[in-house]
Amino acid sequence: MKDYEVVIGLETHIQLNTNTKIFCSCKADSWEDEANTNICPVCSGLPGTLPVLNEEAVRKGALLAAAMHAEVNPLSRFDRKNYFYPDLPKGYQITQFDEPIGKGGYLDLKMADGTKKRVRIHKLHLEEDAGKTKIEHGTRLVDFNRCGVPLIEMVTEPDLRSGEEAAQYLIQLRQLLRWIGVSEADMERGHLRCDANVSIRERGSQVLNTKTEIKNVNSIDSVRQAIDEEAKRQIELVESGGKVESYTLDWDADRNKLSLMRSKETEADYRYFRDPDLLPVKLSQEEIDEIIASLPELPLDRQARFVAEYGLSEYDADILTNERSLSDYYEAAVSAYAGEPKAVANWMMNDLSRMLNDLGKTADQLVLGPKALAEIIQMVDDGKINAATGKSLLKKVEESGSRPAEIVEKEGLGLIADSDALRAQIEAVLAGAPDEVASFKAGKESLLGWFVGQVMRSSGGKADPKRTREILLELLKK
Amino acid sequence: MSLTSLSAFEVARKVKAGELKAVEVAEAALAQIQAVDGLSGSLDGGAVSADEEKKVHAFIQLTEKMALEQAEKVDQAIARGEDAGILAGVPVSIKDIFCVEGTTTTAASRILSNFEPPYTATAVQRLIDQGALILGKVNLDEFTFGSSNESSAYQPASNNPWNTEHVPGGSSGGSAASVAAEEVALSLGTDTGGSIRQPAAFCGVVGLKPTYGRVSRLGLIAFSSSLDCPGPISRDVRDSALMLQAMAGVDPKDSTSSTRPVDDYLAALGQDVKGLRIGLSPDYDAVYYPDFETGEVRKEAIQKEVHDTLYRSAELLAKAGAEIVENVPMPNTAYGIPAYFVISRVEAASNLHRFDGVKYGYRTEPAVSNLSELYRLTRAEGFGPQVKLRILMGMYLSAAGHDADYYTHAQKVRALIRQNFVRAFDPDGGHRLDALLTPTTATTSFKRKAVFGDSLLMQYSDQMTVSSNHAGVPALTIPAGLDEAGLPIGIQLIGSDFREDQILRIGYAFEQVSRDEAWREARPQVLAGEVKA
Repeated sequence: MKDYEVVIGLETHIQLNTNTKIFCSCKADSWEDEANTNICPVCSGLPGTLPVLNEEAVRKGALLAAAMHAEVNPLSRFDRKNYFYPDLPKGYQITQFDEPIGKGGYLDLKMADGTKKRVRIHKLHLEEDAGKTKIEHGTRLVDFNRCGVPLIEMVTEPDLRSGEEAAQYLIQLRQLLRWIGVSEADMERGHLRCDANVSIRERGSQVLNTKTEIKNVNSIDSVRQAIDEEAKRQIELVESGGKVESYTLDWDADRNKLSLMRSKETEADYRYFRDPDLLPVKLSQEEIDEIIASLPELPLDRQARFVAEYGLSEYDADILTNERSLSDYYEAAVSAYAGEPKAVANWMMNDLSRMLNDLGKTADQLVLGPKALAEIIQMVDDGKINAATGKSLLKKVEESGSRPAEIVEKEGLGLIADSDALRAQIEAVLAGAPDEVASFKAGKESLLGWFVGQVMRSSGGKADPKRTREILLELLKK
Repeated sequence: MSLTSLSAFEVARKVKAGELKAVEVAEAALAQIQAVDGLSGSLDGGAVSADEEKKVHAFIQLTEKMALEQAEKVDQAIARGEDAGILAGVPVSIKDIFCVEGTTTTAASRILSNFEPPYTATAVQRLIDQGALILGKVNLDEFTFGSSNESSAYQPASNNPWNTEHVPGGSSGGSAASVAAEEVALSLGTDTGGSIRQPAAFCGVVGLKPTYGRVSRLGLIAFSSSLDCPGPISRDVRDSALMLQAMAGVDPKDSTSSTRPVDDYLAALGQDVKGLRIGLSPDYDAVYYPDFETGEVRKEAIQKEVHDTLYRSAELLAKAGAEIVENVPMPNTAYGIPAYFVISRVEAASNLHRFDGVKYGYRTEPAVSNLSELYRLTRAEGFGPQVKLRILMGMYLSAAGHDADYYTHAQKVRALIRQNFVRAFDPDGGHRLDALLTPTTATTSFKRKAVFGDSLLMQYSDQMTVSSNHAGVPALTIPAGLDEAGLPIGIQLIGSDFREDQILRIGYAFEQVSRDEAWREARPQVLAGEVKA
């Protein structure tokens, strides 16, 4: 068998998280709304209606273009893509054809082996979503709720080489979308949708062979599996003397199977032309500069900085930059804390992230702010509380909203570091264990730990272990 | 003078002064419609009696109840001492291409024969807000595609009130006919290539195509979105000024509407025209059209009476103090129709995509289970031949590989046509015009069936008007005489961007200076007692 490589391009549709639809004032998201309840004359295409552009969609589209390192076009235009389908009430989709909001761009993927992979962007434009149709009891039904939802369509160059790379692209794109706050990017809810174009060629070849298009791959796992399945099918087909045809395939996620939707012999003619109902979209240099300036530090940049600036491992930095609010939280906690940044990372990656999971919250939604976390770690460092108390404090602060020091004070959680009180307790323990004292003095110094344990028990865990050890040694060695 | 002969301005004045009740005005208008309109246009309306042949047939749908309710509201407001608006009690008809809540809005097409819009067009709403009474929806060429009204799916189509054997023009034929026949004082029309001005000229009334963007298009069922302009039709210039005043101004729901402040059009009428520069162009003396056999471009002089009326009108304006500038070159006028052919059809084909039988309007029966059959049969049965022709042409012209040859090219021609106007109106240029004076149409109204069916020739009747749609500039048609057959002749004043005030002012001055001319005594046939009431 020849050595084949898989060539993949992804076409993604990203639902922008604006308040309203792109050309009318219906709310943008209709998740779980009854069919046809979030529509108006404009988005349901009644005669005589006209689109009015939502500026928030333009701003978010431009922000995404900037985050993709694309050029934000100072002048972009809307065109009509004409075709008949029941879910398209105007009979044309308003989209951007030859003068889109973004030009060029790329996304750098960080691969599992630590290498970087650059995926170039072929096209990035604003458009409106269509509705949905379904067949129920033999009747075709249409739901226009989704009509007019603002989308960014983003198409990559054929730069991806495996199902895993495609999955990584989606994972890291999703992270970026949430990071810059332009989309909820929830694939299950269709906020991020993906079609994959797949072809194969002999490794080393530069030709692009006939591709197939896989539709309805709406989870990361599906993308990975569907592409690998399709690549395998194409290789087997070609190896057995067959020829890949330009099919559109449907991925059935329940059965993990591809099926043929239709053969795509000719390109449809959409008769694109400028939409005369909309003015050109103009962004001044100041507006573009302002959009670029509002762009936060991107995940990979922040990850690299965490390694360099805080001495974190790649692994820790990766986890802490998974999500923007978590990384913001981390930095705020580090700056409020006098000790090593690594200590904060440890607390966050273990106990705090467990708490986030349990509560189903993101870091910015916590009552326990980064300063409170820093204060707790500091108290443990200073011997004011022990580590176990520190961990329990996380939950107590989150639930009560009180300051950690207040809770320690009120509940008497502080360690007994006062020498006289501690000394009295230790003397009582020693007095109650004459045999062990004798054994220790006879040379069985390993009993020290047992004595510490006794003191801890008698103090209800509040004895400062360091001080206890010091006093024990002093008394036993007398 | 009878109540229905009153101008809108006079009606509003009298109603506001308490001399006249809006309800009386509405009742008089309904009585006049009863007397002269005859059968309303209906789907599958067949041959009509000889008597009906002599009626106007302007209306598709009367909205008697709506008009009377609006009239009562006006009367109540006045009784309470409130301002009832600048159109208080004025009877108005609406071209049935505008969505009006509570009416069926058909576009004179079978495909929308059952469509009831859930909202009202901005232009119509602004008329209502100023106290206008909506008497009904009037006939037009199907989807505005035509220049004679004959392509309406609602028959009998409107006749010309001056001679009911003739067409009223189109596409706003019902609008012009309803105003000329004194059924209403005002009508709301639309003008994409001349659809307000040509029927206004044919029916001896005033019609104004405002600057593109001056009046909102929201609620106007689109033909060619980059050319469509709603505008007034009235019996005198002051009424058009009044109606424009009510409708003009930015609409946040139409991105192409202009934010420019609205001028005081009535105030402009009071000023004389001394020193205003009015141009005449030899390029409006003939029509150019391709020979159907050879494709060669033929030149045909305009009707002599039209030409003579134009020059006589220029002399009258000179007498009023205007300066006449002759030989203004407008060389791209001849390309107006071909460019229009392309742009309007490409946009129309797309605009008409939405009529597919899925959501509203006509759907083929009995039910079909195949989606493309549903589309094919619905559109085949729902659209008339003129509409199909335009869709086919638009599809062809915008198909991949053709778009650069046709649509993009036509847009360039359009820009060149605009250049002609920009140069003529340039205050620092050689001509420095305030307005260009041209014929509105090359001929007076033609007989029914004389041109219908020859869609190319029909199209060329818009040659005098279409350039201002391309350029976006405002244009006003006013009656200026009659031909030997007693049919009205219109002259056109074209102004620069947003200078409706200027062309209205000149039109008004022309009315004053021609006040005592003999032709002004003539009345439309349907009003002259020649038709049995």
